[in-house]
Amino acid sequence: MAVGVGAASLVTTGQGSAQGKAEAPSPPSMTPVRLSVNGQVHDLTLDSRTTLLDALREHLRLTGSKKGCDHGQCGACTVLVNGRRINSCLTLAVMHPDDQIVTIEGLGEPDHLHPMQAAFLEHDGFQCGYCTPGQICSAVGMLGEAKAGWPSVVTADLAQSPRLDDHEISERMSGNICRCAAYPNIRAAILQAAG
Amino acid sequence: MKAFTYERATSAKDAAAKAAAHGGAKFIAGGTNLLDLMKLDVEAPTHLIDVNHLGLDKIEDTPEGGLRIGTQVRNSDLAADLRVRQRYGVLSRALLSGASGQLRNKATTGGNLLQRTRCYYFYDTTKPCNKREPGSGCAAIDGYNRILGVLGTSPKCIATHPSDMAVAMRALDAVVETVSPDGGTRAIPIADFHRLPGATPQIETNLRHGEVIASVILPPPPSGVQIYRKVRDRASYAFALVSVAAVVDHDGGRIRSARLAFGGLAHKPWRVPEAERALTDAPAIAASYNAAADLVLQGARGYGSNDFKIPLTRRTLAGVLAQAVEG
Repeated sequence: MAVGVGAASLVTTGQGSAQGKAEAPSPPSMTPVRLSVNGQVHDLTLDSRTTLLDALREHLRLTGSKKGCDHGQCGACTVLVNGRRINSCLTLAVMHPDDQIVTIEGLGEPDHLHPMQAAFLEHDGFQCGYCTPGQICSAVGMLGEAKAGWPSVVTADLAQSPRLDDHEISERMSGNICRCAAYPNIRAAILQAAG
Repeated sequence: MKAFTYERATSAKDAAAKAAAHGGAKFIAGGTNLLDLMKLDVEAPTHLIDVNHLGLDKIEDTPEGGLRIGTQVRNSDLAADLRVRQRYGVLSRALLSGASGQLRNKATTGGNLLQRTRCYYFYDTTKPCNKREPGSGCAAIDGYNRILGVLGTSPKCIATHPSDMAVAMRALDAVVETVSPDGGTRAIPIADFHRLPGATPQIETNLRHGEVIASVILPPPPSGVQIYRKVRDRASYAFALVSVAAVVDHDGGRIRSARLAFGGLAHKPWRVPEAERALTDAPAIAASYNAAADLVLQGARGYGSNDFKIPLTRRTLAGVLAQAVEG
Protein backbone atom coordinates (compact mmCIF):
# COMPACT_ATOMS: atom_id res chain seq x y z
CA MET A 1 0.00 0.00 0.00
CA ALA A 2 1.21 3.45 -0.76
CA VAL A 3 1.16 6.29 1.74
CA GLY A 4 -1.17 8.43 -0.31
CA VAL A 5 0.30 11.33 -2.20
CA GLY A 6 3.28 11.48 0.13
CA ALA A 7 4.48 8.20 -1.28
CA ALA A 8 4.68 9.73 -4.69
CA SER A 9 6.82 12.59 -3.43
CA LEU A 10 9.16 10.03 -1.95
CA VAL A 11 9.84 8.74 -5.44
CA THR A 12 10.61 12.23 -6.66
CA THR A 13 13.55 12.52 -4.30
CA GLY A 14 15.27 9.96 -6.43
CA GLN A 15 16.03 7.71 -3.48
CA GLY A 16 16.73 4.26 -4.71
CA SER A 17 16.71 5.24 -8.33
CA ALA A 18 19.43 3.73 -10.43
CA GLN A 19 20.31 7.02 -12.05
CA GLY A 20 23.73 7.15 -10.46
CA LYS A 21 22.98 9.91 -7.96
CA ALA A 22 25.13 10.14 -4.86
CA GLU A 23 23.16 9.07 -1.84
CA ALA A 24 24.09 8.23 1.70
CA PRO A 25 22.84 4.68 2.22
CA SER A 26 20.93 4.10 5.45
CA PRO A 27 22.53 1.52 7.70
CA PRO A 28 20.81 -1.87 7.85
CA SER A 29 18.10 -2.10 10.48
CA MET A 30 18.70 -5.26 12.50
CA THR A 31 15.54 -6.71 14.02
CA PRO A 32 14.97 -9.68 16.33
CA VAL A 33 12.59 -12.20 14.72
CA ARG A 34 11.12 -15.41 16.08
CA LEU A 35 10.27 -17.82 13.29
CA SER A 36 8.39 -21.08 13.73
CA VAL A 37 9.39 -23.38 10.88
CA ASN A 38 8.38 -27.02 10.55
CA GLY A 39 7.43 -27.06 14.21
CA GLN A 40 10.72 -25.63 15.46
CA VAL A 41 11.11 -22.16 16.92
CA HIS A 42 14.15 -20.14 15.85
CA ASP A 43 15.26 -16.82 17.34
CA LEU A 44 17.12 -14.79 14.76
CA THR A 45 18.36 -11.23 14.36
CA LEU A 46 17.81 -10.21 10.78
CA ASP A 47 18.27 -7.20 8.55
CA SER A 48 14.70 -5.99 8.07
CA ARG A 49 15.17 -6.46 4.31
CA THR A 50 15.48 -10.24 4.67
CA THR A 51 12.73 -12.01 2.81
CA LEU A 52 11.18 -15.10 4.32
CA LEU A 53 12.85 -17.10 1.53
CA ASP A 54 16.31 -15.78 2.37
CA ALA A 55 15.72 -16.36 6.09
CA LEU A 56 14.82 -19.99 5.35
CA ARG A 57 17.67 -20.63 2.93
CA GLU A 58 20.54 -18.50 4.20
CA HIS A 59 19.88 -18.35 7.94
CA LEU A 60 18.11 -21.64 8.70
CA ARG A 61 19.84 -23.58 5.90
CA LEU A 62 16.52 -24.98 4.71
CA THR A 63 17.45 -24.96 1.05
CA GLY A 64 14.51 -27.00 -0.20
CA SER A 65 12.57 -23.80 -1.01
CA LYS A 66 14.14 -22.51 -4.18
CA LYS A 67 14.94 -19.03 -5.45
CA GLY A 68 13.90 -18.90 -9.08
CA CYS A 69 12.88 -15.41 -10.13
CA ASP A 70 12.77 -13.77 -6.67
CA HIS A 71 9.77 -11.71 -7.90
CA GLY A 72 6.74 -13.94 -7.35
CA GLN A 73 6.54 -15.03 -10.96
CA CYS A 74 7.81 -18.62 -10.87
CA GLY A 75 6.50 -20.15 -7.63
CA ALA A 76 9.71 -22.08 -6.83
CA CYS A 77 9.79 -20.45 -3.37
CA THR A 78 6.24 -21.48 -2.40
CA VAL A 79 5.84 -22.40 1.28
CA LEU A 80 2.82 -22.86 3.55
CA VAL A 81 2.14 -20.16 6.12
CA ASN A 82 -0.63 -21.10 8.55
CA GLY A 83 -1.64 -23.70 5.96
CA ARG A 84 -1.80 -21.24 3.08
CA ARG A 85 0.53 -21.26 0.10
CA ILE A 86 2.46 -18.04 -0.50
CA ASN A 87 5.55 -16.88 -2.38
CA SER A 88 8.21 -16.68 0.35
CA CYS A 89 10.30 -14.35 -1.85
CA LEU A 90 7.66 -11.59 -1.66
CA THR A 91 7.25 -11.33 2.08
CA LEU A 92 9.58 -10.15 4.83
CA ALA A 93 10.71 -12.47 7.60
CA VAL A 94 9.97 -9.75 10.19
CA MET A 95 6.30 -9.91 9.21
CA HIS A 96 5.91 -13.56 10.34
CA PRO A 97 6.71 -13.86 14.05
CA ASP A 98 3.31 -15.33 14.91
CA ASP A 99 2.99 -17.71 11.99
CA GLN A 100 3.45 -21.44 11.50
CA ILE A 101 5.66 -21.93 8.46
CA VAL A 102 5.97 -25.26 6.69
CA THR A 103 8.55 -25.87 3.97
CA ILE A 104 9.14 -28.92 1.80
CA GLU A 105 11.45 -30.23 4.55
CA GLY A 106 8.52 -30.19 6.97
CA LEU A 107 5.98 -31.87 4.73
CA GLY A 108 7.60 -35.30 4.70
CA GLU A 109 10.87 -37.15 5.15
CA PRO A 110 12.64 -39.68 2.95
CA ASP A 111 11.14 -42.57 4.93
CA HIS A 112 7.77 -40.93 5.45
CA LEU A 113 6.85 -39.08 2.29
CA HIS A 114 3.88 -36.77 2.20
CA PRO A 115 1.23 -38.28 -0.13
CA MET A 116 1.88 -35.43 -2.58
CA GLN A 117 5.61 -36.21 -2.64
CA ALA A 118 4.86 -39.88 -3.21
CA ALA A 119 2.48 -39.02 -6.03
CA PHE A 120 5.10 -36.82 -7.73
CA LEU A 121 7.56 -39.73 -7.58
CA GLU A 122 5.02 -42.20 -8.87
CA HIS A 123 3.98 -40.01 -11.80
CA ASP A 124 7.47 -38.67 -12.57
CA GLY A 125 6.17 -35.14 -11.94
CA PHE A 126 9.52 -33.45 -12.58
CA GLN A 127 12.62 -33.51 -14.69
CA CYS A 128 15.36 -31.26 -13.28
CA GLY A 129 13.53 -30.96 -9.97
CA TYR A 130 14.25 -27.30 -9.28
CA CYS A 131 10.60 -26.22 -9.26
CA THR A 132 9.43 -29.38 -7.47
CA PRO A 133 9.49 -28.25 -3.81
CA GLY A 134 7.44 -25.20 -4.77
CA GLN A 135 5.12 -27.30 -6.93
CA ILE A 136 4.51 -29.73 -4.07
CA CYS A 137 3.95 -27.07 -1.39
CA SER A 138 1.69 -25.18 -3.78
CA ALA A 139 -0.27 -28.33 -4.64
CA VAL A 140 -0.80 -29.14 -0.95
CA GLY A 141 -2.07 -25.60 -0.33
CA MET A 142 -4.21 -25.73 -3.44
CA LEU A 143 -5.94 -28.96 -2.36
CA GLY A 144 -6.78 -27.27 0.93
CA GLU A 145 -8.36 -24.37 -0.98
CA ALA A 146 -10.39 -26.75 -3.14
CA LYS A 147 -11.47 -28.71 -0.06
CA ALA A 148 -12.66 -25.45 1.49
CA GLY A 149 -14.85 -24.97 -1.59
CA TRP A 150 -12.93 -22.10 -3.14
CA PRO A 151 -13.81 -21.59 -6.80
CA SER A 152 -11.31 -20.72 -9.51
CA VAL A 153 -11.85 -18.53 -12.54
CA VAL A 154 -12.63 -21.63 -14.63
CA THR A 155 -15.25 -22.95 -12.18
CA ALA A 156 -18.51 -22.80 -14.15
CA ASP A 157 -20.83 -22.12 -11.22
CA LEU A 158 -19.35 -19.87 -8.54
CA ALA A 159 -21.99 -20.89 -6.03
CA GLN A 160 -21.03 -24.58 -6.18
CA SER A 161 -18.00 -26.31 -4.72
CA PRO A 162 -15.52 -27.08 -7.49
CA ARG A 163 -14.65 -30.56 -8.78
CA LEU A 164 -10.97 -30.85 -9.54
CA ASP A 165 -10.03 -31.96 -13.05
CA ASP A 166 -7.09 -31.23 -15.36
CA HIS A 167 -8.50 -27.84 -16.35
CA GLU A 168 -9.08 -26.76 -12.74
CA ILE A 169 -5.64 -27.96 -11.65
CA SER A 170 -3.91 -26.13 -14.52
CA GLU A 171 -5.61 -22.88 -13.60
CA ARG A 172 -5.03 -23.25 -9.86
CA MET A 173 -1.35 -24.17 -10.35
CA SER A 174 -0.57 -21.38 -12.83
CA GLY A 175 1.65 -19.65 -10.26
CA ASN A 176 4.18 -22.50 -10.50
CA ILE A 177 6.28 -22.59 -13.63
CA CYS A 178 8.10 -25.76 -14.76
CA ARG A 179 10.63 -24.97 -17.46
CA CYS A 180 11.08 -28.68 -18.14
CA ALA A 181 7.33 -28.65 -18.89
CA ALA A 182 6.52 -31.69 -16.79
CA TYR A 183 3.00 -30.31 -16.50
CA PRO A 184 1.04 -33.42 -17.63
CA ASN A 185 2.77 -35.55 -14.99
CA ILE A 186 2.46 -32.83 -12.34
CA ARG A 187 -1.29 -32.69 -12.98
CA ALA A 188 -1.55 -36.48 -12.83
CA ALA A 189 0.30 -36.53 -9.50
CA ILE A 190 -1.93 -33.84 -8.03
CA LEU A 191 -5.09 -35.55 -9.26
CA GLN A 192 -4.00 -38.76 -7.56
CA ALA A 193 -3.13 -36.99 -4.31
CA ALA A 194 -6.51 -35.24 -4.42
CA GLY A 195 -8.07 -38.71 -4.08
CA MET B 1 16.96 -3.10 -1.83
CA LYS B 2 17.62 -0.01 0.29
CA ALA B 3 17.61 -0.37 4.07
CA PHE B 4 14.49 0.59 6.01
CA THR B 5 13.13 0.47 9.52
CA TYR B 6 9.98 -1.51 10.25
CA GLU B 7 7.07 -1.23 12.66
CA ARG B 8 3.60 -2.65 13.07
CA ALA B 9 0.51 -0.47 13.27
CA THR B 10 -2.34 -1.57 15.50
CA SER B 11 -5.25 0.38 14.01
CA ALA B 12 -6.03 2.43 10.91
CA LYS B 13 -5.60 5.65 12.86
CA ASP B 14 -2.31 4.42 14.31
CA ALA B 15 -1.09 3.53 10.80
CA ALA B 16 -2.06 6.94 9.44
CA ALA B 17 -0.38 8.75 12.36
CA LYS B 18 2.80 6.68 11.95
CA ALA B 19 2.85 7.47 8.22
CA ALA B 20 2.41 11.18 8.87
CA ALA B 21 5.36 11.07 11.29
CA HIS B 22 7.76 9.50 8.73
CA GLY B 23 8.46 11.35 5.49
CA GLY B 24 9.82 8.32 3.67
CA ALA B 25 7.30 5.78 4.96
CA LYS B 26 5.16 3.33 3.07
CA PHE B 27 2.46 0.98 4.24
CA ILE B 28 3.06 -2.69 3.61
CA ALA B 29 0.13 -5.10 3.49
CA GLY B 30 0.51 -8.19 1.28
CA GLY B 31 3.77 -6.78 -0.03
CA THR B 32 3.43 -8.63 -3.31
CA ASN B 33 3.83 -5.47 -5.41
CA LEU B 34 5.82 -3.24 -3.04
CA LEU B 35 8.61 -5.75 -2.33
CA ASP B 36 8.83 -6.58 -6.02
CA LEU B 37 9.41 -2.87 -6.71
CA MET B 38 11.78 -2.42 -3.76
CA LYS B 39 14.01 -5.23 -5.04
CA LEU B 40 14.33 -3.28 -8.29
CA ASP B 41 14.94 0.04 -6.50
CA VAL B 42 11.82 1.46 -8.14
CA GLU B 43 10.47 1.96 -4.62
CA ALA B 44 12.83 2.86 -1.78
CA PRO B 45 10.94 3.61 1.42
CA THR B 46 13.07 4.35 4.47
CA HIS B 47 10.37 3.08 6.83
CA LEU B 48 7.73 0.37 6.44
CA ILE B 49 4.50 0.39 8.42
CA ASP B 50 2.96 -3.09 8.57
CA VAL B 51 -0.82 -2.73 8.16
CA ASN B 52 -1.67 -6.42 8.50
CA HIS B 53 -2.83 -6.09 12.10
CA LEU B 54 -5.38 -3.26 12.08
CA GLY B 55 -8.37 -5.41 12.96
CA LEU B 56 -9.81 -4.76 9.49
CA ASP B 57 -9.85 -8.31 8.14
CA LYS B 58 -13.58 -9.01 7.98
CA ILE B 59 -16.35 -8.86 5.39
CA GLU B 60 -19.52 -7.57 7.04
CA ASP B 61 -23.10 -7.07 5.89
CA THR B 62 -24.16 -3.42 5.81
CA PRO B 63 -27.65 -2.28 6.92
CA GLU B 64 -28.30 -1.20 3.31
CA GLY B 65 -27.88 -4.74 2.02
CA GLY B 66 -24.33 -4.41 0.79
CA LEU B 67 -20.95 -5.48 2.13
CA ARG B 68 -18.14 -3.72 3.96
CA ILE B 69 -14.80 -5.31 3.05
CA GLY B 70 -11.95 -4.64 5.49
CA THR B 71 -8.76 -3.40 3.87
CA GLN B 72 -6.79 -6.43 5.09
CA VAL B 73 -9.17 -8.98 3.54
CA ARG B 74 -7.08 -11.14 1.22
CA ASN B 75 -8.01 -11.34 -2.43
CA SER B 76 -8.49 -15.10 -2.08
CA ASP B 77 -10.84 -14.75 0.90
CA LEU B 78 -12.87 -12.06 -0.83
CA ALA B 79 -13.21 -14.13 -4.02
CA ALA B 80 -14.26 -17.21 -2.03
CA ASP B 81 -16.78 -15.47 0.26
CA LEU B 82 -20.18 -17.04 -0.46
CA ARG B 83 -21.97 -13.68 -0.34
CA VAL B 84 -19.57 -12.30 -2.93
CA ARG B 85 -19.88 -15.41 -5.11
CA GLN B 86 -23.67 -15.35 -5.00
CA ARG B 87 -24.37 -11.60 -5.20
CA TYR B 88 -21.25 -10.00 -6.68
CA GLY B 89 -20.08 -12.65 -9.12
CA VAL B 90 -18.35 -10.05 -11.28
CA LEU B 91 -16.07 -9.21 -8.35
CA SER B 92 -15.34 -12.82 -7.51
CA ARG B 93 -14.47 -13.57 -11.15
CA ALA B 94 -12.32 -10.45 -11.47
CA LEU B 95 -10.32 -11.39 -8.37
CA LEU B 96 -9.91 -14.99 -9.49
CA SER B 97 -8.68 -13.89 -12.91
CA GLY B 98 -5.87 -11.88 -11.32
CA ALA B 99 -2.38 -13.07 -10.32
CA SER B 100 -1.80 -16.59 -8.97
CA GLY B 101 -3.16 -18.62 -6.06
CA GLN B 102 -0.09 -17.78 -3.96
CA LEU B 103 -0.31 -14.05 -4.66
CA ARG B 104 -4.07 -13.88 -4.01
CA ASN B 105 -3.42 -15.45 -0.59
CA LYS B 106 -1.25 -12.45 0.33
CA ALA B 107 -2.65 -9.54 -1.68
CA THR B 108 -5.16 -7.40 0.19
CA THR B 109 -8.18 -5.33 -0.76
CA GLY B 110 -6.53 -2.00 0.03
CA GLY B 111 -3.21 -3.02 -1.47
CA ASN B 112 -4.82 -4.18 -4.69
CA LEU B 113 -6.32 -0.71 -5.20
CA LEU B 114 -2.90 0.85 -4.60
CA GLN B 115 -0.81 -1.46 -6.76
CA ARG B 116 1.27 0.30 -9.36
CA THR B 117 1.40 0.02 -13.12
CA ARG B 118 3.24 -2.83 -14.82
CA CYS B 119 4.53 -0.50 -17.56
CA TYR B 120 7.88 -2.01 -18.60
CA TYR B 121 9.58 1.39 -18.49
CA PHE B 122 8.32 2.17 -14.98
CA TYR B 123 10.06 -1.04 -13.88
CA ASP B 124 13.28 -0.37 -15.82
CA THR B 125 15.34 2.14 -13.84
CA THR B 126 17.70 2.68 -16.78
CA LYS B 127 14.85 4.28 -18.78
CA PRO B 128 13.12 7.63 -18.32
CA CYS B 129 9.70 7.49 -16.65
CA ASN B 130 7.69 10.47 -15.45
CA LYS B 131 5.91 8.27 -12.94
CA ARG B 132 9.10 6.95 -11.34
CA GLU B 133 11.18 10.09 -11.81
CA PRO B 134 8.98 13.12 -12.60
CA GLY B 135 10.32 15.25 -15.44
CA SER B 136 12.55 12.51 -16.87
CA GLY B 137 10.24 11.78 -19.81
CA CYS B 138 8.21 8.81 -21.01
CA ALA B 139 9.99 6.01 -22.83
CA ALA B 140 6.73 4.17 -23.44
CA ILE B 141 5.04 6.65 -25.78
CA ASP B 142 7.53 5.97 -28.57
CA GLY B 143 8.57 2.59 -27.22
CA TYR B 144 7.02 -0.85 -26.99
CA ASN B 145 3.62 -0.14 -25.51
CA ARG B 146 1.56 -3.28 -26.16
CA ILE B 147 0.13 -3.40 -22.63
CA LEU B 148 -0.31 0.36 -22.18
CA GLY B 149 -3.18 2.83 -22.33
CA VAL B 150 -5.36 4.11 -25.16
CA LEU B 151 -7.83 6.22 -23.13
CA GLY B 152 -7.23 9.14 -20.76
CA THR B 153 -3.50 9.15 -21.51
CA SER B 154 -1.33 12.26 -21.38
CA PRO B 155 1.87 13.35 -23.11
CA LYS B 156 3.58 12.54 -19.80
CA CYS B 157 2.32 8.99 -19.24
CA ILE B 158 0.34 6.21 -20.92
CA ALA B 159 0.45 3.72 -18.04
CA THR B 160 -2.52 1.52 -17.20
CA HIS B 161 -3.82 0.52 -13.80
CA PRO B 162 -3.27 -3.24 -13.59
CA SER B 163 -6.02 -4.27 -11.16
CA ASP B 164 -8.89 -6.57 -12.11
CA MET B 165 -10.59 -6.16 -8.73
CA ALA B 166 -10.84 -2.39 -9.11
CA VAL B 167 -12.55 -2.74 -12.49
CA ALA B 168 -15.32 -4.88 -10.99
CA MET B 169 -15.60 -2.50 -8.04
CA ARG B 170 -15.97 0.39 -10.49
CA ALA B 171 -18.90 -1.38 -12.16
CA LEU B 172 -20.43 -1.96 -8.72
CA ASP B 173 -20.00 1.70 -7.63
CA ALA B 174 -17.90 0.76 -4.62
CA VAL B 175 -16.88 3.38 -2.06
CA VAL B 176 -13.42 3.52 -0.43
CA GLU B 177 -13.44 4.42 3.28
CA THR B 178 -10.28 6.01 4.64
CA VAL B 179 -8.81 7.19 7.93
CA SER B 180 -6.53 10.22 8.21
CA PRO B 181 -3.72 10.86 10.70
CA ASP B 182 -6.07 13.03 12.81
CA GLY B 183 -8.61 10.20 12.95
CA GLY B 184 -10.93 11.84 10.42
CA THR B 185 -12.67 9.58 7.93
CA ARG B 186 -13.64 9.97 4.29
CA ALA B 187 -15.82 7.99 1.90
CA ILE B 188 -14.42 8.25 -1.62
CA PRO B 189 -16.47 6.88 -4.54
CA ILE B 190 -14.17 4.57 -6.49
CA ALA B 191 -14.74 6.74 -9.58
CA ASP B 192 -12.86 9.53 -7.75
CA PHE B 193 -10.24 7.36 -6.09
CA HIS B 194 -7.74 6.87 -8.92
CA ARG B 195 -6.48 9.77 -11.04
CA LEU B 196 -5.65 10.22 -14.68
CA PRO B 197 -1.94 10.83 -15.34
CA GLY B 198 -2.20 14.41 -16.63
CA ALA B 199 0.93 16.39 -15.78
CA THR B 200 1.56 14.47 -12.53
CA PRO B 201 1.53 10.73 -13.31
CA GLN B 202 3.44 10.08 -10.08
CA ILE B 203 0.26 10.96 -8.13
CA GLU B 204 -1.99 7.99 -8.72
CA THR B 205 -4.80 8.39 -6.22
CA ASN B 206 -6.58 11.18 -4.39
CA LEU B 207 -5.41 9.93 -0.99
CA ARG B 208 -3.77 12.60 1.16
CA HIS B 209 -0.48 12.24 2.96
CA GLY B 210 -0.77 9.52 5.56
CA GLU B 211 -4.38 8.68 4.73
CA VAL B 212 -4.96 4.92 4.93
CA ILE B 213 -7.66 2.76 3.35
CA ALA B 214 -9.84 1.17 6.04
CA SER B 215 -12.47 -0.61 3.96
CA VAL B 216 -14.36 -0.81 0.70
CA ILE B 217 -18.15 -0.64 0.70
CA LEU B 218 -20.18 -2.47 -1.91
CA PRO B 219 -23.69 -1.07 -2.34
CA PRO B 220 -26.51 -3.65 -2.64
CA PRO B 221 -25.98 -5.71 -5.80
CA PRO B 222 -27.52 -4.20 -8.94
CA SER B 223 -29.97 -6.39 -10.83
CA GLY B 224 -28.80 -8.12 -13.96
CA VAL B 225 -26.32 -10.63 -15.27
CA GLN B 226 -22.78 -10.12 -13.98
CA ILE B 227 -19.83 -10.91 -16.24
CA TYR B 228 -16.08 -10.33 -16.04
CA ARG B 229 -14.21 -11.05 -19.24
CA LYS B 230 -10.45 -10.68 -19.38
CA VAL B 231 -8.46 -10.85 -22.60
CA ARG B 232 -4.77 -11.51 -22.10
CA ASP B 233 -1.65 -12.92 -23.70
CA ARG B 234 -1.84 -16.24 -21.88
CA ALA B 235 -4.74 -18.16 -20.36
CA SER B 236 -3.81 -17.62 -16.73
CA TYR B 237 -1.56 -15.51 -14.53
CA ALA B 238 -1.25 -12.50 -16.86
CA PHE B 239 -2.44 -8.92 -16.76
CA ALA B 240 -5.35 -7.81 -18.89
CA LEU B 241 -4.88 -6.40 -22.36
CA VAL B 242 -8.55 -5.50 -22.16
CA SER B 243 -11.07 -6.50 -19.52
CA VAL B 244 -14.76 -5.76 -19.15
CA ALA B 245 -16.78 -5.87 -15.94
CA ALA B 246 -20.46 -5.82 -16.87
CA VAL B 247 -23.80 -5.87 -15.07
CA VAL B 248 -26.52 -6.16 -17.69
CA ASP B 249 -30.25 -6.24 -17.01
CA HIS B 250 -32.35 -7.36 -20.00
CA ASP B 251 -35.58 -9.05 -21.03
CA GLY B 252 -34.09 -11.15 -23.81
CA GLY B 253 -34.85 -8.70 -26.60
CA ARG B 254 -34.03 -5.38 -24.99
CA ILE B 255 -31.40 -4.20 -22.56
CA ARG B 256 -32.98 -2.50 -19.55
CA SER B 257 -29.71 -1.20 -18.12
CA ALA B 258 -26.00 -1.83 -18.39
CA ARG B 259 -23.01 -1.00 -16.25
CA LEU B 260 -19.70 -1.38 -18.03
CA ALA B 261 -16.23 -0.85 -16.59
CA PHE B 262 -13.03 -1.50 -18.53
CA GLY B 263 -9.53 -2.51 -17.46
CA GLY B 264 -6.27 -2.47 -19.40
CA LEU B 265 -7.16 0.74 -21.22
CA ALA B 266 -6.39 3.61 -18.88
CA HIS B 267 -4.68 4.90 -15.74
CA LYS B 268 -7.86 4.01 -13.84
CA PRO B 269 -10.83 1.70 -14.36
CA TRP B 270 -12.71 3.25 -17.29
CA ARG B 271 -16.44 3.85 -17.33
CA VAL B 272 -18.48 5.99 -19.73
CA PRO B 273 -22.00 6.96 -18.56
CA GLU B 274 -23.04 8.02 -22.11
CA ALA B 275 -22.36 4.51 -23.39
CA GLU B 276 -24.48 3.00 -20.64
CA ARG B 277 -27.30 5.48 -21.32
CA ALA B 278 -27.20 4.58 -25.02
CA LEU B 279 -27.81 0.94 -24.08
CA THR B 280 -30.75 1.70 -21.79
CA ASP B 281 -33.90 0.30 -23.46
CA ALA B 282 -31.88 -0.45 -26.58
CA PRO B 283 -32.58 -3.56 -28.66
CA ALA B 284 -30.13 -6.35 -27.87
CA ILE B 285 -28.52 -6.36 -31.29
CA ALA B 286 -25.03 -5.82 -32.69
CA ALA B 287 -25.81 -2.27 -33.82
CA SER B 288 -26.58 -1.26 -30.22
CA TYR B 289 -23.34 -2.85 -28.99
CA ASN B 290 -21.36 -1.06 -31.66
CA ALA B 291 -22.93 2.29 -30.84
CA ALA B 292 -22.02 1.77 -27.18
CA ALA B 293 -18.46 0.87 -28.17
CA ASP B 294 -18.21 4.10 -30.19
CA LEU B 295 -19.03 6.03 -27.03
CA VAL B 296 -16.68 4.02 -24.81
CA LEU B 297 -13.85 4.56 -27.27
CA GLN B 298 -14.42 8.26 -27.86
CA GLY B 299 -11.01 9.95 -27.80
CA ALA B 300 -9.13 6.66 -27.88
CA ARG B 301 -5.70 6.70 -29.50
CA GLY B 302 -3.12 4.01 -29.91
CA TYR B 303 0.64 4.49 -29.63
CA GLY B 304 1.76 1.88 -32.14
CA SER B 305 2.07 -1.52 -30.55
CA ASN B 306 -1.14 -1.04 -28.55
CA ASP B 307 -3.34 0.11 -31.49
CA PHE B 308 -4.99 -3.32 -31.46
CA LYS B 309 -6.62 -2.54 -28.12
CA ILE B 310 -9.16 -0.27 -29.77
CA PRO B 311 -10.80 -2.90 -32.02
CA LEU B 312 -10.21 -5.51 -29.32
CA THR B 313 -12.25 -3.44 -26.86
CA ARG B 314 -15.08 -3.13 -29.37
CA ARG B 315 -15.17 -6.88 -29.97
CA THR B 316 -14.82 -7.80 -26.32
CA LEU B 317 -17.68 -5.49 -25.38
CA ALA B 318 -19.90 -6.93 -28.13
CA GLY B 319 -19.05 -10.43 -26.95
CA VAL B 320 -19.84 -9.62 -23.33
CA LEU B 321 -23.18 -7.98 -24.16
CA ALA B 322 -24.19 -10.87 -26.41
CA GLN B 323 -23.21 -13.34 -23.68
CA ALA B 324 -25.23 -11.38 -21.12
CA VAL B 325 -28.36 -11.54 -23.28
CA GLU B 326 -27.98 -14.98 -24.81
CA GLY B 327 -26.39 -16.73 -21.85
